Amino acid sequence: MVLQSSFKNCLQLSCIFRTPKAGFRDAANGGIIIQSLSNDVYHNLAVEDWIHDHMNLENRQVLFLWRNSPTVVIGRHQNPWQECNLKLMRQKNIKLARRRSGGGTVYHDLGNINLTFFTTRKKYERIENLKLVVKALKALRPQLNIHVTDRYDILLDRQYKISGTAAKVGRTTAYHHCTLLCNADKFVLSDVLKSPYKGLKSNATPSVPASVKNLFEEDPSLTCEMLLDAIAEEYAMQHQIDHHITLINPTDETVLPGINHKSKELQTWEWIYGKTPKFSVSTCFNMVYKDSVLDVKVDMDVKHGRIETCNIDLPEQWLPPALCSELVKSLSGSKFCPTETTALSSTLLRMCPQDDELHSKWNLLCENMTVLM
Amino acid sequence: VCAHHVRSCSSIRFVKSKYVCVFDKSAFKFSHQQRLFRTSAVSCGQIVQFKLSDIGEGITEVTVKEWYIKEGDSVSQFDSICEVQSDKASVTITSRYDGIIRKLHYNLDEIAYVGKPLVDIEIDASKGIASKEDVVETPAMSHEEHTHQEIKGHKTLATPAVRRLAMENNIKLSEVVGTGKDNRILKEDILNYLAKQTGAILPPSPKAEIIPPLPKSETVPAAPKDKARKIPVPVSRPVVFSGKDKTEPITGFHKAMVKTMSAALKIPHFGYCDEIDLTQLVQLREEMKPLAQIRGIKLSFMPFFIKAASLGLLQYPILNASLDESCQNVTYKASHNIGVAMDTEQGLIVPNVKNVQACSVFEIASELNRLQALGSAGQLGTNDLTGGTFTLSNIGTIGGTYAKPVILPPEVAIGALGKIQILPRFNGKGEVFKAQIMNVSWSADHRIIDGATMARFSNLWKSYLENPASMLLDLK
Repeated sequence: MVLQSSFKNCLQLSCIFRTPKAGFRDAANGGIIIQSLSNDVYHNLAVEDWIHDHMNLENRQVLFLWRNSPTVVIGRHQNPWQECNLKLMRQKNIKLARRRSGGGTVYHDLGNINLTFFTTRKKYERIENLKLVVKALKALRPQLNIHVTDRYDILLDRQYKISGTAAKVGRTTAYHHCTLLCNADKFVLSDVLKSPYKGLKSNATPSVPASVKNLFEEDPSLTCEMLLDAIAEEYAMQHQIDHHITLINPTDETVLPGINHKSKELQTWEWIYGKTPKFSVSTCFNMVYKDSVLDVKVDMDVKHGRIETCNIDLPEQWLPPALCSELVKSLSGSKFCPTETTALSSTLLRMCPQDDELHSKWNLLCENMTVLM
Repeated sequence: VCAHHVRSCSSIRFVKSKYVCVFDKSAFKFSHQQRLFRTSAVSCGQIVQFKLSDIGEGITEVTVKEWYIKEGDSVSQFDSICEVQSDKASVTITSRYDGIIRKLHYNLDEIAYVGKPLVDIEIDASKGIASKEDVVETPAMSHEEHTHQEIKGHKTLATPAVRRLAMENNIKLSEVVGTGKDNRILKEDILNYLAKQTGAILPPSPKAEIIPPLPKSETVPAAPKDKARKIPVPVSRPVVFSGKDKTEPITGFHKAMVKTMSAALKIPHFGYCDEIDLTQLVQLREEMKPLAQIRGIKLSFMPFFIKAASLGLLQYPILNASLDESCQNVTYKASHNIGVAMDTEQGLIVPNVKNVQACSVFEIASELNRLQALGSAGQLGTNDLTGGTFTLSNIGTIGGTYAKPVILPPEVAIGALGKIQILPRFNGKGEVFKAQIMNVSWSADHRIIDGATMARFSNLWKSYLENPASMLLDLK
């Protein structure tokens, strides 16, 4: 069912949201507060996209509250290999998402809350939003020593980062979102945000590492629900609307037509990895084969997540040169991805002479190559 | 192209044809301005410097992170031009004009300045420039109704490309529902509108159901004089073309598969098919499933198929062999590393269970569980994916009965298993009973394997599965 217009989308949204009569006392400061029923990062990011693309925010601002199951979220122009430990994430089943806003890498889990402030482009003002958050937190716990920095972070005790910010500005609308650490797993956070990959050279936006702390550590009585509620209350007060949080299901096509297409796009390899700015890998590693240790030097250029050029320097004649060049040729154009490389190299091995020693050398080399990815 | 051409180019006779765009330089005089149609990017417009607009928050400089267009590309108003970043904010810069990109003022990762030129766009001089307030319509060019823009005080928003599509299909923009931002009419809206039309333009023919192909005079509305008219709308639902061919290079794993399969087809394949009565095996598995579950393993039929194959290979080791490249020597492989075709995100990969000849059915099931878990997580290692000597492909889980599998080099045989169907069969007493039937399709390398060997192996494999108890006699 095609809706007539984006304005109508808004109306439908508000019908479902049961906007109270007194909601828009002051049209210019009208707003709605919505909270996601899902903990899936892709669904939630899709909601942001949907609101950004379809909602008319002239007379209505939106606050979106959401939480995610364990995920690492990188900024629009970042390099995941540079920012996090992809291997560890795969092992622990931690997702990777690339958001559309700029900024650095963050770790989300259910102990972290996310807030997105939607406004028109003209009303885009991050410091005000962060001040609102600080005001809400202080109203809840006056003893908290928190303040907003000029880098749009919120610091606790002038030392520990409890919130990071990013923003997306479009033609007519903009959004500013930030995290807030309530009770996240700091150990997983620090493990997962440490990149093991060496030799990467890239112009991608680097993250600035910071010491973090959970608000829970400051006051164990605090929960995510309390924080969400306090912030919603402050937002409602400042926008002169009722303190009413509407729950939305981010997979419901009747409320958000086209949303599933958006969340699918956010999950594609082309978006998550393929949008990585061009980078190069230049590294060497040792391989132990039987009684000898071999030095291998690898140079690769990766563009759009795919290996553009590849050079492998091996000790002479360790592998037949024809085989080596076959591997290099096959890697060119292939995804910079361990699964792809493993599948590729195993398939190529079928074409090689059936020699056990050759096979084990080939497998050893390919395994070491996949470690780089 | 010099400035003095501007005027001549902007005054071109409007040719009402989709295919022809003629620069009639002789026709300089016209009574009113006309829309300019181009099929090629000819430089005859005015170059406008599109400056980077204010981003807010007092930001004066940004970094260019991604270009969505390149020099020479056509852009429409509101198309995305580039992505810039400033202080954790990612900003999408959209075009204010329709035209052709003539120059990009910055390379990737360079700093761009607010208020300074970002790109040079060559616009159609006849169109005029949208004001800073982002007035969303282009000035009314034609008096024809299908580009009518002011309807009841609402401005109908649509890019020139969309307007052209509407005009070519004789659609009034006022009748189209816009689903884009600010009620904008998108290309999809035009296509949806078209799809709903059921030949309303044409007079309904009462004999339409009886006479299938209508004579041409009825299908084509009377307008034969206008030779340049577009394709006539047929009586039935018009075919709306909305797709474009897409060519991609073959890379990575797929490229490797192309090599492997091309080599595989050089092997002279022969096929041998049969049907297996799995009634007894189905029952056996039902009994074994809970026992395996207690040990934490999911038991499918594959472990039985694999073990039975290995028992068969003990009797017919030629099927577990490999032929060297020069076809001079055959190597009989000692280990039965039986591959199981698996459908993953990458495509078809074949991990193998090592040394099946020394494994129990339970151990095989356990190993299969491990491989399947790794396969779905995309974490299979090279060791699991190489060293196979014989392959089974259970295509029946997806569907199908008989197949023609392709041998995976350097192996010499492969079996494809179809789905299990419940079919009526006759027993020894001539009675009809319900049988669980599965089909198997073998392919083998005819250079070293003959039909008789394949048939005997298949019969042995079949006998083990039809009467699972017989496996006990030969289990090591």
